[in-house]
Amino acid sequence: MRAKYILSEVMVGLWRNVTMTVAMIITMAVSLTMLGASLILYQQIDSMKTYYFDKVQVSIFLRDDISQQQRNDLQSALAADPLIKQPVIHETKAQAWTKFKQQFKDAPDLISATKQDALPESYRIQLKNPNQYAEVASEYTGKAGIDEIVDQKTLLSKVFGVLGAAQNLALVVALVQGLAALLLVGNTIQVAAYSRRREVAVMKLVGASNWFIQSPFVLEAMFAGIIGAIIASGAMVAGKVFLIDGSLKSLASLLTPAPWSRIYLMIPVLLVIGAIISGVTGWVTLRFYIKK
Amino acid sequence: MIRLEHVTKTYPKASRPSLDDVSVSIEKGDFVFFIGPSGSGKSTIIKLLLHEIQPNKGRVVVADKDVTALRSWKISAFRRQIGCVFQDFRLLPNRTAYENVAFALEVIGKSQGVARRVVPEVLELVGLGGKEHRYPHELSGGEQQRVAVARAFVNRPLILLADEPTGNLDPDTSIEIMRLLDRINRTGTTVVMVTHDSNIVNQMRRRVVEIESGKIVRDQPRGVYG
Repeated sequence: MRAKYILSEVMVGLWRNVTMTVAMIITMAVSLTMLGASLILYQQIDSMKTYYFDKVQVSIFLRDDISQQQRNDLQSALAADPLIKQPVIHETKAQAWTKFKQQFKDAPDLISATKQDALPESYRIQLKNPNQYAEVASEYTGKAGIDEIVDQKTLLSKVFGVLGAAQNLALVVALVQGLAALLLVGNTIQVAAYSRRREVAVMKLVGASNWFIQSPFVLEAMFAGIIGAIIASGAMVAGKVFLIDGSLKSLASLLTPAPWSRIYLMIPVLLVIGAIISGVTGWVTLRFYIKK
Repeated sequence: MIRLEHVTKTYPKASRPSLDDVSVSIEKGDFVFFIGPSGSGKSTIIKLLLHEIQPNKGRVVVADKDVTALRSWKISAFRRQIGCVFQDFRLLPNRTAYENVAFALEVIGKSQGVARRVVPEVLELVGLGGKEHRYPHELSGGEQQRVAVARAFVNRPLILLADEPTGNLDPDTSIEIMRLLDRINRTGTTVVMVTHDSNIVNQMRRRVVEIESGKIVRDQPRGVYG
């Protein structure tokens, strides 16, 4: 009986105030979608970092006028360096040219404009710990025969900077929308409590317990949160299908793939967050509204 | 059954207290009128007994429980021992007489089966047999107040509080409501009624406590209005 009463009160409340309910659900859905996107991006950046930083190379480009003696000295120094993963790869001018032709095979103009011996000879080394670049760089900078030392990690950091900014933006949108959603929840609950003020007054008078008086309102808020989360989950799946596996497919070699398991994991997370946050907001609003 | 011990209540921003060091004791089964002009503090007593407000000083004891020390989560259980009737009836307009009374039972966890057995009984008692399925707007003022009395009494409370229950009713209807409250009192329920209806007080000849400017100026068994 009581469950039936509470449920019918919830449905009547949501329907009586249907425009507000829809607004509440939409803002909730947008907020949770952004939150989900931000969380997935966060995991994505994490897995990309482990993937790429494992493979980053430091390139030591050699001067064109390097002598054989200098080359031998450098080679043995690198081979003995405890910070460097062995073996060290030596890339000759000829190998660099072959790689260049392979990389830019779609741009024959560029290849024909490049002189064959313009590409420098280099050592490609991997650091045991990619964060120790500065030590390695200071060790070899200025040594005879070395032209330039380039850390791929600094290049990658720029890419991650952009991804991190996108993630932060999504998080900010999620927070702002989330705030709007919570204010709407609070407002909706107040309107609902006002439209049922007679019932609430009678219930308090005859000694209905507080949880019984409040539960229809709290459930109303939770209902909106859950529907919002379901829509947000749908948006995540659509994002996976149309964006990650769709228009961004061509970047698949650059971006590590976002597996379905990661998307599926977000669904219960969003449901719980949506339900709890809106339920708590509704409850707190009521504490102020029907106190005593 | 009810004891006020040196109770002082000053509302925020009020210049003088609504109740000023008031002590009064009401026994089980009593029928007491609180009378006095508007603003004398008599309605404050009802609010104190319902735990709607708290005294600044003193103790309020209802059914051997110190209401002033009541934890907030126990208020609902406490209120189930008290029935309450108001000048403005406070019925739910979109529910029938039956549903209004049943609502009071259902929201404190009684089953529909209990309601089906008890509600017609209590509506019969207040003289509304045959009008169970009328909505409040289809009933006269006196009949609406009977529904309110039925709702207050359906849970068999120890105490019935009545705040100007005849304030909106004509003299004849008022007398009928008073007969009803008298009958309820005879079942052993303590009745506390706040009123300034001299006619009724004079006819009933029950205990009268007169309040003026927050102080008890008269406490008389079988008293008259003034």
